[in-house]
Amino acid sequence: MTQRTDLPFPGVPDGLSGVPATEEPQNRKEFTSDQEVRWCPGCGDYAVLAAVQGFLPGLGLKRENIVFVSGIGCSSRFPYYLDTFGMHSIHGRAPAIATGLATSRGDLSVWVVTGDGDALSIGGNHLIHALRRNVNMTILLFNNRIYGLTKGQYSPTSELGKVTKSTPMGSLDNPFNPVSLALGAEGTFVARTIDSDRKHLTSVLSAAAAHRGTALVEIYQNCPIFNDGAFDAIKDPETKQDAIIPLVHGERIRFGAEASLGVVRDHATGELSVVDVADVGEDQLLVHDAHASDPTTAFALSRLTGSGYLNQAPIGIFRQVEQATYDDLAREQINTAQGGAGMTAGALAGLLNSGDTWTVV
Amino acid sequence: MTKQVKQLDRVIIRFAGDSGDGMQLTGDRFTQETASFGNDLSTLPNFPAEIRAPAGTLPGVSSFQVHFADHDILTPGDSPDVLVAMNPAALKANLDDIKKGATVIVDSHDFTTRNLNRAGYADNPLDTDVLDEYAVHAFDLTGMTVEAVKEFGLSRKDAGRAKNMFSLGLLSWMYGRPTEPTIAFLERRFAKVADIRDANVTAFKAGWNFGETTEAFVVQYEIKPAPMDAGTYRNITGNLALAYGLIAGSTQSGLSLFLGSYPITPASDILHELSKHKRFGVTTFQAEDEIAGVGAALGAAFGGALGVTTTSGPGIALKSETIGLAIMMELPLLVIDVQRGGPSTGLPTKTEQADLLQAMFGRNGEAPLPVVAPQSPADCFDTAVEAVRIAVTYRTPVILLSDGNLANGSEPWQIPQVTDLPRIDPAFATEPNHTVTSGSTGEETAEFWPYLRDEETLARPWAVPGTAGLEHRIGGLEKGAGHGNISYDPANHDLMVRTRQAKIDGIARSLPPLQVDDPSGKARVLVLGWGSTYGPIGAAIRQVRNAGLYVAQTHLRHLNPFPRDLGEVLKRYDAVMVPEMNLGQLSMLLRARYLVDVVGYNHVRGLPLRAAELADAITHLVESTTSSSVEVAGIDHEEAVR
Repeated sequence: MTQRTDLPFPGVPDGLSGVPATEEPQNRKEFTSDQEVRWCPGCGDYAVLAAVQGFLPGLGLKRENIVFVSGIGCSSRFPYYLDTFGMHSIHGRAPAIATGLATSRGDLSVWVVTGDGDALSIGGNHLIHALRRNVNMTILLFNNRIYGLTKGQYSPTSELGKVTKSTPMGSLDNPFNPVSLALGAEGTFVARTIDSDRKHLTSVLSAAAAHRGTALVEIYQNCPIFNDGAFDAIKDPETKQDAIIPLVHGERIRFGAEASLGVVRDHATGELSVVDVADVGEDQLLVHDAHASDPTTAFALSRLTGSGYLNQAPIGIFRQVEQATYDDLAREQINTAQGGAGMTAGALAGLLNSGDTWTVV
Repeated sequence: MTKQVKQLDRVIIRFAGDSGDGMQLTGDRFTQETASFGNDLSTLPNFPAEIRAPAGTLPGVSSFQVHFADHDILTPGDSPDVLVAMNPAALKANLDDIKKGATVIVDSHDFTTRNLNRAGYADNPLDTDVLDEYAVHAFDLTGMTVEAVKEFGLSRKDAGRAKNMFSLGLLSWMYGRPTEPTIAFLERRFAKVADIRDANVTAFKAGWNFGETTEAFVVQYEIKPAPMDAGTYRNITGNLALAYGLIAGSTQSGLSLFLGSYPITPASDILHELSKHKRFGVTTFQAEDEIAGVGAALGAAFGGALGVTTTSGPGIALKSETIGLAIMMELPLLVIDVQRGGPSTGLPTKTEQADLLQAMFGRNGEAPLPVVAPQSPADCFDTAVEAVRIAVTYRTPVILLSDGNLANGSEPWQIPQVTDLPRIDPAFATEPNHTVTSGSTGEETAEFWPYLRDEETLARPWAVPGTAGLEHRIGGLEKGAGHGNISYDPANHDLMVRTRQAKIDGIARSLPPLQVDDPSGKARVLVLGWGSTYGPIGAAIRQVRNAGLYVAQTHLRHLNPFPRDLGEVLKRYDAVMVPEMNLGQLSMLLRARYLVDVVGYNHVRGLPLRAAELADAITHLVESTTSSSVEVAGIDHEEAVR
C-alpha cells in the first residue's frame, strides 16, 4: 500500500477503510479525463479541480473505486474532468443519489460536488438529511454566492439587498450560512476553505476524505463573471490577515496583522466575539476544540462569518467528531440478519412457503 | 341441538364497523380460515384514510368483504349475502350494497340514541320497517363478549374490544370454518399479554358456541373446497406478492435489492415487508422524500444493485425528473406505483387506474419506458419478476402499475417452484469494448465506451464502480452515441432519441403472443382490459356467456410496449370494449396506436368495477354488434357517462 491519510482518531475506522488500495504509484495525469474543461477563464473551479486532481493520487486508492456525483450548476461539471467513475445528475439530488450508492457499496470512496444553489436551494432537504444520517461521503460545496449557469441571479448565500438580473431593486431574503446550516443539522465534519489557497484546500480535503461519515466542506469560490470580488477581503494580501479567522484544533483562535486579534467567549451569553488581544490578555482567547461532541461552540464560531459583503470569516475545520455512519449500520443490520453467512439455496423457497399454506394433491 | 346443514356454492360476507373495531383483522382471519379450508376466495378491504375517524360516524366505517366458493371465482363479489354491522353507521353505510333477503347481523349494544344520531338515523332501524327485506339478527354482541371474558379482569372497555373475535367466532360457526388457525394466531399475536390473549381466544370460542346453541340460527352452511391444481397454496395480498416478487427478482439475478422509499398509502406495506428480509441482502432506505427515495435507488443501481422505489401516484409526480435521468443514463430501475384515486391527494385508500398516462408520458422530453401491470393480487409476484427481467436486460427504468385493490385484496396463490423462475443475467461489463486507432501512429488503444449497444437488445453496457479500466462518466446531458461523452450535435440527438425509443419498442420481441379467450370461436366482440379489472371483466364475461352470447376476452400485462400481435388481434373483432377505472386512458393509447375505435367502459368510484353492471354493458354491445354495426358508436357515450 502506498501512502494513506492518517486516521483522524486512533482506532477509529477512517473514511477510506473498506476501499481497496493500490500498490501502484499514481499521478495527476491518471486522474485527468480526456474531456476539455469548459469553465469560464479565471473561474475558481479550476483551482479546486487542480487541487483535487493533485490530491487524489496521494490517497492510494484504486481509481475505479472512487465515484464523484454532482448535481446541476457550474461546479457540477466537475466529474467530467476526473478519470474516475462519475455521475452528473439532476438539480439538488446528488446527496440522495450518493446516499444510495454509498449505502449499497461500502468499497467506494464517494464524493459529492455541489454549489450554493444546488445544495442549499433546490437540494436543501437532501443536504440536511445526508448530514443528519452521517452517510460516509465527502461533500464539496462550491459557494460563489451567485447563480452562474443561469447567468447571474442571486443565490441562497447572496447577501441581502443583492442587485442581480432577477432582483433589480435588491434581494429580499436573508442568506444561509452553509456552515451554520450544516452544524444545525449536526454534521459530523464541517469545514470551510478557499479556492485560491491550495495548501489549505488540500489539507482540509485530506481531513474530509479521512473522516468516516458525511464531511461537508464549504469552498469559497470566486465567479469572475457574475460575482467577481465577492471574496476579495479574505484574498487580498492587504486585508486577509484581518479577515480570515483561522481555526486550528487545540490552538487559541488568534489572527490579524501581528496577531493582534482574537476570539473570546462571553461567559454570560456563550456568544463569541472578536477582540483586541491586548485588551483581554492571551489566556482569555478561546481554544478551538473541533472534537467537542456538542456543536454549540462550533456554531457560535460560524456566526463570526460576515453575512453581508464578506469582510470576515473563520476558515478551517469547525467540527470533526466520531459518530456511527448510516451506511455502516445498514450493512451491519444485513450482516446480522444473515448471521455472517450467505444465503442458502433453499432460502427463497422457504420464504415463499412461509405462513399458512395448504396442499392440494 | 342438531342444526340443519345447507350446501352453498358461494357466499359473500362483509364485516363492517368503526375504524377502531378491528374489522380488517376480523376479515383477514376469516379469510385465512377460509383459505386453509380450501375454498377459492377473493377479498376487498375498504377503509377510511383517517386512522381513527370520529367514532360512530359514516366516514369512520371500515369494512372487509370476502367472497368464497367451491369453484374458481374472480372477484370479491358485487353484493354481499351477509352483512355484519357493529354499529348503526356500519349498517347505514353498507345497506345499499347488500342483496335483498341478505342476512344482517348487528351488535344491538351500539344502537344507542347517540350512535343512531351520529349515523343519521332518526329512528332505530331495528324497530322500524327499513330492514324488513332482510333476515336481521340483532344481538348484544358486546354484552355477551364482556360477560364471556369477565374472568380475566379487564376493564369493560378492553373487554368489549374483543367483540370482533366474538363475531368472528359466530361467523366461523355459521360457515364451518376451521378454528385452529385463528386460535394459534391469537396466541402468537398476544403472546406477551396473557389477559388480552385469553380474552380474545375466549371471545372467539364464545362466539362459536353461541352460534351452535342459539335458536336464532337453525341452519349452518357448508361450502365445499374448490377444485384446484395440485400444489402448495397460501393466501396472499398484492403488496406481499409484490415484495416477494422483488426478492425473487433479486435472487434470480444475483443483484442485491436496494429499496429507496417514502411512506405513502397504499404502497407502504411493500416497504414494511421488504424491511423484514435483510437476510436476503435487502437494504431498505426510508428517505426524506419521494425524490430522495428514487434518487437513492438510482444511485444504488449505478453501483450495481437492483434499485427499487415504491410509491403511489403523487409520488410518481415527484419522481418524474429522476426517472427521466434513469432513462438518459440507461440504468435498470424499478418504479412501483400502487395507484389510488386522484388527482392530487385524491382518495388515498381507494383504488383507481388513472396513472397509466402519467406512467407513459409524465416526463419532459421523449422519455419512453416499459410499463407492466399485474392482473390479480397473486399475479403481482410474476409481474414483479417480469419487471426485473425487463429492467436488467434492457438497462431501463420500468414502471409497474399496481393499485389499491390489488395491494390490499387477497386470493389463494399456488406457490411456484423456485426452479421454474427465470434466471436473469445482469451481464456486467468487465472489460473495454472498443478499440481506438491513432491516426498518426496507428497505435491501437482499448477503451470503454459506455454507450455502445448490444445489437439485439440495444441495451448499453452496465459497468459498475470497482471495475478497473471502465471508469466513465454519465449523466442527464445528451450523450454521444457510442463514446457517451456530452454531445450537443443535432444529428446525434435525433439518433439518440430514436434509439432510446427503438430500445423500448424492441422489448416487444421478447414478449409472448396475447392469449385470447374465445371458447366458441364465434365472438365478434372482444373485451380487453389491464390491471385489476381482470377479475370483474372475467366474472362479467362468464355471465354474458352463460346467457348464451359469444364474447372474447384478453388482458394486457405489458402496456408499453404492447405485445406485437395486439393490433392484429384488435382488428379481428367488429367491436372492442375496454373497461377501465379511469376515463379511457388505455382506450386513448389503443386508438392512437392502432386507429381502432374501441368502446370505453369507465368508472372512477374508487371501487372495483361491478361485474353485473359490466355484464349488462357487454351484453348491450354484443347484441348491438350482432344486429347492426352502426349502433356501436353510440354505446361509447352511453357507457362512458354512467
